[in-house]
Amino acid sequence: MEKYKVVVIGGGPAGLAAALESFKSLDDKKVLIIERDKFLGGILNQCIHPGFGLHYFKEELTGPEYAHRFVEQVVENRIEYLTETHVIDITPEKEIVAVNKKGLKRIKADSIVLAMGCRERTRGAIITPGTRPAGIFTAGQAQRFINIEGYRIGKKAVIVGSGDIGLIMARRLTLEGIEVKAVVEIMPYSTGLRRNIVQCLDDFGIPLLLSHKLVKIHGKYRVEGVTIAKVDSQLQEIPSTERFIECDTVLFSVGLIPENELSKKAGVVLDMRTGGPVVDNTFSTSQKGIFACGNVLHVHDLVDNVTLEAQTAGRYAAIYSQHPELFENNIHINIMAKEGIRYVVPQKLNKNFVQPFVLRFRVDNFYKDAIVTISNAGKILIEIKKSILTPGEMESIEISQKILSQLDFSNDIVIRLQNI
Amino acid sequence: MSRIYDVAVIGAGVVGMSILRELTRYRLKVCSLEKMEDVAEGASKANSGIVHAGYDPIEGTKKARFNVEGNNIFADICNELDVEYKMIGSLVVAFDDYEINVLEELLQRGKRNGVKGLEIKSQEWVFENEPNLSRNIKAALFAPYSGITNPYKLTVALFENAIQNGADVIFSFEVCKIEKDGDYFVVHSADSRFVKTKVLINCAGVHADEISKMAGARLFKIYPRRGQYYILDKPQKMPVARVIFQVPTEKGKGILVTPTVDGNVLVGPNSEYIDSKDDTATTQEGLDEVFEKARKVLPSLSKRDVITIFSGIRATPDTHDFIIEEDEDVKNFINVAGIESPGLTASLAIGKYIAELVSDKLNAKRNLNFNPYRKDIKRFSELSDEEREEMIKLHPSFGNIVCRCELVSEYEIVEAIKRGAKTLDSIKRRIRAGMGRCQGGFCLPRVMDILSRELKIDKTQITKFGKNSYILTEKRWED
Ligand SMILES: Cc1cc2nc3c(=O)[nH]c(=O)nc-3n(C[C@H](O)[C@H](O)[C@H](O)COP(=O)(O)OP(=O)(O)OC[C@H]3O[C@@H](n4cnc5c(N)ncnc54)[C@H](O)[C@@H]3O)c2cc1C
Ligand SMILES: Cc1cc2nc3c(=O)[nH]c(=O)nc-3n(C[C@H](O)[C@H](O)[C@H](O)COP(=O)(O)OP(=O)(O)OC[C@H]3O[C@@H](n4cnc5c(N)ncnc54)[C@H](O)[C@@H]3O)c2cc1C
Repeated sequence: MEKYKVVVIGGGPAGLAAALESFKSLDDKKVLIIERDKFLGGILNQCIHPGFGLHYFKEELTGPEYAHRFVEQVVENRIEYLTETHVIDITPEKEIVAVNKKGLKRIKADSIVLAMGCRERTRGAIITPGTRPAGIFTAGQAQRFINIEGYRIGKKAVIVGSGDIGLIMARRLTLEGIEVKAVVEIMPYSTGLRRNIVQCLDDFGIPLLLSHKLVKIHGKYRVEGVTIAKVDSQLQEIPSTERFIECDTVLFSVGLIPENELSKKAGVVLDMRTGGPVVDNTFSTSQKGIFACGNVLHVHDLVDNVTLEAQTAGRYAAIYSQHPELFENNIHINIMAKEGIRYVVPQKLNKNFVQPFVLRFRVDNFYKDAIVTISNAGKILIEIKKSILTPGEMESIEISQKILSQLDFSNDIVIRLQNI
Repeated sequence: MSRIYDVAVIGAGVVGMSILRELTRYRLKVCSLEKMEDVAEGASKANSGIVHAGYDPIEGTKKARFNVEGNNIFADICNELDVEYKMIGSLVVAFDDYEINVLEELLQRGKRNGVKGLEIKSQEWVFENEPNLSRNIKAALFAPYSGITNPYKLTVALFENAIQNGADVIFSFEVCKIEKDGDYFVVHSADSRFVKTKVLINCAGVHADEISKMAGARLFKIYPRRGQYYILDKPQKMPVARVIFQVPTEKGKGILVTPTVDGNVLVGPNSEYIDSKDDTATTQEGLDEVFEKARKVLPSLSKRDVITIFSGIRATPDTHDFIIEEDEDVKNFINVAGIESPGLTASLAIGKYIAELVSDKLNAKRNLNFNPYRKDIKRFSELSDEEREEMIKLHPSFGNIVCRCELVSEYEIVEAIKRGAKTLDSIKRRIRAGMGRCQGGFCLPRVMDILSRELKIDKTQITKFGKNSYILTEKRWED
């Protein structure tokens, strides 16, 4: 069985950054990246629009450009990687089974970094009634067909979901000569960035229908149209607001689900709210020596955050592989998401590694003028005013050394929202 | 095009394919005529996949007879054809005294139909054996010989085995006119092809009444009755071990919750008469009804786990029983019509019965070369790591995983195409590529690459299931 210090599963931005960071901190440079696709770079390879790297590189790159910067370093450092190789099993003992056309590989890792990214929610997952004709795509599928393979997927489209991906695809389809009839959003607000609403919809005159729901898909062989309707504040359809829109294409961009089937096989405990593993501030999962970062951990809006998080995970994975004893008898205190906060990552603080870290979280609704507080043992340690908070935007708060020094370690850390 | 046959079967559903396969046991030139591009495009792809024990149908009916006979031979035939079949048993659960009385009736009826092993089980037994079911259940009828199968894979297997044994299946052949020319029927397709045949068998599902009329045979009516379903993701632990039915009403066997042979959870169907025979849409009302009723039995059911929804259409005849007979007026025209539930279970017995009838009629000799065995495509997901290694040595493409959710390799896709799959749905039904939790989000483009390469067609020509179901509309630029 081949042996590695750190094996990274997934060669997207998370996997690449984690591998690079592990590599830097290791004496014995045995790091391996395993990627099932033909190329490294993950989902970024098909995101040819600009908007990546503003925070990390302070310049605006396309997805492939952003990925390339990391791929280049991987190649320069001669970090080992396998492409077109699919990991099919991970055990709690950190044995990995991967397959490719050459055969089945068994690999023993001292630490593993999970970086498998996520998958898209589908028409079925959100239980959309109607027929099941051709012409129904997820945004990612459409992106691949259009940006990588050079096909047109239809003539007239309706897009469901107004997060950044839906917005960006509305512009992309338009540029490809496909008429986007509407972007339909069930919530009363878009979860996409303001600048994307302007640049992707307003500039092209594409209507954004907030508080609207797609209630039925029509068509026998190819989509022939959709029925949409207004919804009330309970997201229930309002009778007699139904409207038919003729189209031959429906694009679903209705959320992402962290891809954790392998994590489950390794016995990793998942968080119901993020859909990803429960981790502490070292990005260690419930299984010793297995770390997680990127979209497999929780869905990120910005790849820059993925990179930062992955670097930390990679660094601790390297530490674990050389000094697993540091992670023995770890004691954690919980970081609890309370009122107004949908989730927080990491969910725990490791008492053996009391070092500054970043809390990332999402709120559970649209809020104006609210205060985010972080408290411990009944004492408020941090208080941040926010004029606008939306579930679509991931927020972060740094937990500095100073804050850490004030912690009462026998009590939870609590993050909550307070209205002003 | 013209071809001359001894027997032609209209409709390539499970009933048509079972008949076709059984006919190849005889030295007869046989074919099936199917309007779609693949087998199992009708009710046979969209049903509950239950092999019923036989306590439902009224004694003396054809339904009762073929259900029980079908159940008796199901395991053997699935074994020959390498199709999954699991005899997991079923429960009909009762919530009150009235329903307990119904269980008693079903038990008695089942006994009269010749169903073995039926027993009414206590509440305690139910909770012990099905701990996730509602605590409001008072008793249940247990049928140990009920089972589950994969209905479309069975249809595909029957098709492949019939082809192996010399049958023809002509696709995209929509029967629109039937004439008589001496001893022969001339069967015309919508695109002006025709075949001639001595015996014509009508297995056209919901459209069987129209076919019977075209042939100048008995008039009856088929009413389309739709049923809607949810498919749930493969759970880490199956919430039920058996097929769980509710007490039947005049509308049918009611909502059930069951494991599938592939390890998913299936919930449905409701029952609603609809206007159009081909309206396979799901509706909000229908889906809500199914969910609410299923929750009554299995309170832990969650919409979070849904991966897809679909509906199937039962071919309910106005005669209240299967119509399986040679026509009184039109000799050599045989109706196998109104085959609603338990038609899947009955299909294998119907096949045997019809093949005997026809071979007697035509004085056909036994086909001594008949081979009852068919092997399924080797599935990556079902092998041990050692077997996988062996297979990859033989076929490197077995190591290329194309569908991540269901772990389907390139090799399996190529095999499915070699065996006749031409569309995305036909690949999906044969080897499950695209049937998992991401519903093809990842593998669709990859499966299309392989289809385009193997069939030597441009990707814009690839369809989901034939006709106008194109995925891509135009090539914009070359690589
Ligand atoms: C349409 C779209 C638009 C976006 N726009 C922006 C933007 O403008 N700006 C921005 O900053 N971010 C944007 N993002 C978000 C950003 O791309 C993601 O946050 C980031 O790519 C996530 O990185 P990751 O490495 O976690 O996942 P991924 O990039 O998904 O990488 C995961 C990798 O793991 C591999 N893998 C999974 N399972 C296995 C296995 N079993 N064996 C081997 N390999 C496996 C996958 O093939 C994949 O390559 C966008 C995303 C999308 C989809
Ligand atoms: C919701 C539902 C649940 C069910 N559950 C069960 C169950 O659990 N157990 C069970 O035993 N049974 C069940 N059944 C019944 C079972 O599915 C059917 O009895 C069986 O599939 C019928 O097979 P078939 O071949 O007669 O019809 P189909 O599968 O409908 O095949 C008919 C074929 O004829 C073709 N055709 C039609 N018109 C023409 C034409 N003009 N020219 C050429 N071809 C034509 C169609 O394209 C189709 O392929 C259920 C049915 C439904 C709808």
